[in-house]
Amino acid sequence: MSQQERREAVVRGMLDAEGPASVPPDLHGEAVRRGTRMLRRRTVLRRVLWLLLLAAAVAFTIWAAETQPWVEPPSSRTPPLTSW
Amino acid sequence: MRERQAAQQARRAREFQSFVAGAAGRLLHAATLLTGERSDANPRARALLTAALAATYASWDKLRGEDPYDRTRTVLVVRFARGAWRRPRGRAGLLARLSPQERLVLVLRLYEGVAEEQTAALLGLPVERVRVLCARAVASVLHPPRGPAPAAPGMPPGTLGKAASS
Repeated sequence: MSQQERREAVVRGMLDAEGPASVPPDLHGEAVRRGTRMLRRRTVLRRVLWLLLLAAAVAFTIWAAETQPWVEPPSSRTPPLTSW
Repeated sequence: MRERQAAQQARRAREFQSFVAGAAGRLLHAATLLTGERSDANPRARALLTAALAATYASWDKLRGEDPYDRTRTVLVVRFARGAWRRPRGRAGLLARLSPQERLVLVLRLYEGVAEEQTAALLGLPVERVRVLCARAVASVLHPPRGPAPAAPGMPPGTLGKAASS
């Protein structure tokens, strides 16, 4: 056992010496309450994001059906002169 | 669907309760060492542990075999490391005169027995730095400087900013 390891063992003993702290009685209840709130908030956020995605998809579909961007617009330029 | 959800919730509550019953004492002691408070007056350590346990509860169904103790400890350590610099340090605890970073390394390495590499990864430090911090923390626990604890006892200049900024 090296010098450093011996010193570490002494400190480990000091850290362990105080023993487990007395746990406050409502620790579990409070953790569950806060954890449940976090879960609920996450669920709400996920729902809102899905709803936004759905709304964006619907809006895009309506816009695409209206303007039909895949149809070639009528040319506004004069066709090139070929036979003159 | 609703029945299955209720059953899952009941199972989660049962498992979580037995986990807390078994692990809370040890985790609270670790948290108290981190905050540098006395073990009979440790409001910060309790708040830290409550937040970490709440996060573990919220992700209980997604642990997939990961040890909830390890998860809770990780949350605890990360939360402490993020908030330590703007909190007043405890005065009376065993590690009160150490810097937050030294306390983190000491608790993870010696009290929790986490390997050097994992400690380094968790704290975002090089392994050599963890070794140096651990040796320095051990030295300053074994040979506390006389008088009221100064801000950073026995630290060479230059490391001070680094230790405080983490």
